[in-house]
Parts: sequence; C-alpha cells; structure tokens
Amino acid sequence: MNPIVQISGLSKNFGKVEALKDVSLEIFDNELFGFIGPDGAGKTTLFRILTTLLVPDIGSASVLGMDVVSDYKKIRPLLGYMPGTFSLYQDLSVEENMMFFASVFGTTIEENYDLVKPIYSQLEPFKDRYAGNLSGGMKQKLALSCALIHKPELLILDEPTTGVDAVSRKEFWEMLHVLKGEGISIIASTPYMDEANQCDRVALIDKGEILNINTPKNITSEFKKPLYGLKHPNKYELINRLRDFEYSDSVHPFGEFVHYTDERGKIDTDELKNYLNVNGIREPIIKQIDPDIEDMFMSLMKPEEMDV
Amino acid sequence: MLPIIFVMPVIQLLVLSFAATYELKEVNFALVDMDRSIVSQQLITQMQATGYFELWDEYTSTERAVQEMDKGVVSLVMVIPKDFSNDFATGTKSEIQLIIDAVDGSTAGLIQSYASSIITEFGRKRNGNAIVRIASVGGNLSKSINLISVNWYNPQLDYLTYMVPGILVVLVSMIGLFLSGMNIVREREIGTIEQLNVTPLTKSQFMIGKLVPFWIIGMFDLLVGLALARFGFEIPFLGNLFTILIIAGIYLILIQALGLFISTITDTQQQAMFIAWFIMVVFILMGGLFTPIESMPGWAQDLTLGNPVAYFIKIMRMVLLKGAGWKEVLGMVLIMGSMAIGLLGISINRYKKTVN
Repeated sequence: MNPIVQISGLSKNFGKVEALKDVSLEIFDNELFGFIGPDGAGKTTLFRILTTLLVPDIGSASVLGMDVVSDYKKIRPLLGYMPGTFSLYQDLSVEENMMFFASVFGTTIEENYDLVKPIYSQLEPFKDRYAGNLSGGMKQKLALSCALIHKPELLILDEPTTGVDAVSRKEFWEMLHVLKGEGISIIASTPYMDEANQCDRVALIDKGEILNINTPKNITSEFKKPLYGLKHPNKYELINRLRDFEYSDSVHPFGEFVHYTDERGKIDTDELKNYLNVNGIREPIIKQIDPDIEDMFMSLMKPEEMDV
Repeated sequence: MLPIIFVMPVIQLLVLSFAATYELKEVNFALVDMDRSIVSQQLITQMQATGYFELWDEYTSTERAVQEMDKGVVSLVMVIPKDFSNDFATGTKSEIQLIIDAVDGSTAGLIQSYASSIITEFGRKRNGNAIVRIASVGGNLSKSINLISVNWYNPQLDYLTYMVPGILVVLVSMIGLFLSGMNIVREREIGTIEQLNVTPLTKSQFMIGKLVPFWIIGMFDLLVGLALARFGFEIPFLGNLFTILIIAGIYLILIQALGLFISTITDTQQQAMFIAWFIMVVFILMGGLFTPIESMPGWAQDLTLGNPVAYFIKIMRMVLLKGAGWKEVLGMVLIMGSMAIGLLGISINRYKKTVN
C-alpha cells in the first residue's frame, strides 16, 4: 500500500490558539480514513491544510505525492472537497450547481455521470429546486455529488454528517463505501464516535493532537482494563459515590449507564455492590461490558478535561 | 435582483432629475406695504407675474411678517417704505427691504437674485431709482457698470441639461462599486468561496467572472440612461456617443476595481457596504454634481484629483454639452485608466485563494 497523504510534524497556530500540534500520520491508497474528535479538535484546520487552503506554520504535508504548499495548483484538480458548512450556491438550482462545478473543473455532468449516478439519481426529481430549499440530508448529497463531478482521486469530507438525521447519516456512509469500491480514497471527519466503525482506520484527535491511529477494532482492543457498566435511578449520586471509591480509576456517564474502571483491573462486582449499598445506592445493576471508541477516547483525553 | 438592477437607474434618473432642481417656483412671500399706492401695487403684481413668487399675505408691521417667516410659511418678507411712490415720482432714491430666510443658503441666494432682478427691472422701466437693499447681504447694486452676460453651452441655464449627465455618472458608479464588490464578500460570508478556492479556477478567471457581468449591466444601464437623456430630457448630444462609451467602459473598470479592493479588505457584507457607502458619498458630494469643484477650498480641490466620479462627471458634461473630443479629455481618461490598472493590480494581488 502506498501512502497518498503523508503528514510530518505539522503545526498551525491562530494567534495564541494552537490548532494543530506536531501532527504526523500517513493515509494509504483506497482507504476510508476517519478523523474522530470533538468540536475544536483541529479537524477542519488539518483538512484546510490538506486541501491547500491553509499554509502550515511548521512541518510538511503531501497529498497524492505532491507538497501542499509548493504544488497546490496540481493538487486542487485531483481533490474533491466538501467543507464543513454547506458551500454551494443556495440561489442556484440543484442542476445548476452541478453544471457550474462540472464546468469549473472543465468537465460535464454526462462525462462522469456513472460515478455520481448512485447519489445524484436520488436528487434528480428535485433538480429544478433551489439548493437552499433542500433538506439537510439532500444538501449533503448534492455537495457530495458536486465534489465528485470531476472524478477526484481523493475525497476530503469535513464533518459530512453533522446536522443530518440518523437515516441520512447511515445512507451517507453507505454511499462512501460504494465510492471506495470505485477506487476513490476518502478522508472524512466526524464528531460522532459511533461513526468510527464505518472507517477502515481512524485517528482520534483532540486539542490539535493525534491521540491514537488504528483500525476501529484495534483501538477498542487497546483498552486494557475491564470495563463495567453500572445503572441506578439516581445517576448523579452513583457517579459521586463511584468517584469517592478508594480504587476508582475512571467514571464517565454514557447514556443511561455509567462506565467504570478500577485501579486493580478485574474486580469482584459484589464488593463494589456492597460499597454502593452501604453508601445509599441500593441495588445497582453492575455488569462487565465491551469498551467502544468513546471509552477509548475518554481514557486518552487529558485528565483535566475529564470533569464531565 | 435583476429587475432592481435595471429599473432602479431609470427611476433614479427620473426622480432625481425632476426633483433635485435648483429652479425657483412659487416662493411664498409676506408683504408689508406701508405705502399703499398704485406704484407699490404694480410692483407686487410684477413680482407675482413672473411665477417665481406668490403673495402669502399682507401684514401691517415687519415684526408680524417676520413671525410668519419664523413659522416657515414664507421665505421672503418684502417691506415697501412709506414714501415709496412719492420718492419714485420725484426721482429720489428709494429703498425696498427684502428679508430672506437663509437657512438653506442656496435657495436664499436664488431668492435674492430673482427678487432683486425683478425689482431692478421694475425700477428701470419706470425710470425710477429703486435700490434694493437685501437684509441678508446688505449690499447695494451698483448702477454704474452694466453687465451683459451670455451663457454658452447651456444658454437657458437649463437645470436638467446640467444635472442629467452627472446623475448618469452616479448611477453607473452605484452599479460598479456596490454590485461587484459586494458579490465577492457575499461568497466569503456564505462560505461558497471555500468550495471555489479548491477548484483549478485561477485568480484572474475568478476576477473576470466577477467583473464582466456587472460591467455589461453598467454599460447597458448607461445606454438606457443616455437614451432617456437624449429623447426624454432632450439633453444636447454634441459629442460622439462612442467616445462616451469607451470612456465609460474604462471608468466602470476603475470603479469595479475599487469595489474589488473593498471586498479584499472586508469580511462581511456589512463592512463592505459601510465602506462603499462612505466612499460613494464623499465621491458624489465632492464630484461637482451639486456644487461646483471650483468653489471648493484649495485643499478640497486637490482631493478631487483622486476622485474618479469628478473626472467622469466633467468628461460627460464636456462631451455631451460642449462636444469635446479625445483631444480635450484624453488627459483625464489617461488618469482614470492608470488608476484602474493600479487598483485592479492591487486587488487581484490582495485576493488570495487561501483562507486568511
């Protein structure tokens, strides 16, 4: 596998804010690579550097074997970029947007119709509608179609599923898998941890730093300590009591459950149940569970941010 | 948007040309006639016969009449002294007092000159020695030197002839400055520029794409305006139409380059709009449209050397009303041309296809 994106020692500051700190990574050909991280993690800054819109302060990055600073003119025609905010012309119709972006890249809709067909065919009934009047999911489909119309070698999608309903999100990832099958490499970012499993490999990113890069499966298997899920109607008290426990390692609320790890690793759940019973948490449910990406993310994040 | 671009100039031309007039019509005046003679009645009739003045009412004292002026219902108080007809008959010097509301300086000046010429004319006809004394100025009209003035290029001093070419310039400037500049800032504001920036589109292609449509609209609007001026307002058309069009083409590029420059130094449409308005108001007020540049103080006259609106208004008037050709306007056209090239160069250079 040859790398299509190589990043080494990349840093970017905006005034005093360090958006990226010494980021290094490689992305390979025909990979569906995901950047997972909360808002403000530096995903958009990294994507803007990769799409040649932003020049890094320190370090270098190459895309498709070309440097993003010196060869930006050669890179641009080979990229399909979908910015985080909807960036098509809202006062043009669906079809006009497609025609415009096709012509800007010196091509036509017909020429690459096969590639965009699976996506664009869903939009064709609305092709005379203004792009501004489309629903969120439709807008993303149109943006993807426009980013694909010139048959790019690499797709860079900045939070393509943010603000899109659950069904459309699932559909969107299915489309990306189809495109990957066509031989297109895809880099996407998302703040949704559950979408990590859709990617071949993911990078966990926070505060401008890469925390971990691996396949979604390996990332969760790197979670060494046994994880316990606890449930009780009084969740707030449960969290407080668990944090007070003398062997407490980490305590995070996850939906209706509270995820807990113990300093001693594997524990006797009866002992914990006893401790909680004594401290006013009657009959809590305790069971060992499998860690997911989010648990990994939380464990990798710096301690001072964990005051959730 | 499209109908606005085309309809707005026509409305602007029609409304401004007819409304923003310097001509005086039916100014109300208060009369204090202490003489109450046939002669004074004849003078009052004469005043009203011209159509410029309308008698509001008669008052017994100057104070009462001035009160009416304070209320704003009359702009002129004419006081005819007690011995007016007597003095008139015997040939003795007689004085008529005119008190003018000078809140609006230019209107006051017009009232003064219109009224004094009517009175002087009246006195001359009657072989009298009517001397007008104007309260706001206090000067006497000299009778010893007789001035005969002839107005060239606009013999009737027709206001429209003077204003319409200038208003055409303002109209073209609005389109050039606001539309092209605003358009780029808008792309930045709604984010479409980010998508465009990653395309192979070059800087100059992008700029041309932004300039050409509004250049065409501007030229089209100018043609409509010129047709309206020629056939609607019957403005003289002494110069060559193509000379006007070529110069207008250069001028539009200059104004659009200014719009582009504004768009490169601003991030939002609001900022761009504010700066564009600021510049436009200064350009128009100091462009010789309403007040002649020659009557400005020296430093202000120097400032107009950098005012494209001033150049184009001057050229329009010269070519349309005086029939000036390339020889007369070439200097100014060259200045506008080099300003256009310079400004365009700076703004294309400043526009970057990257964020920040």
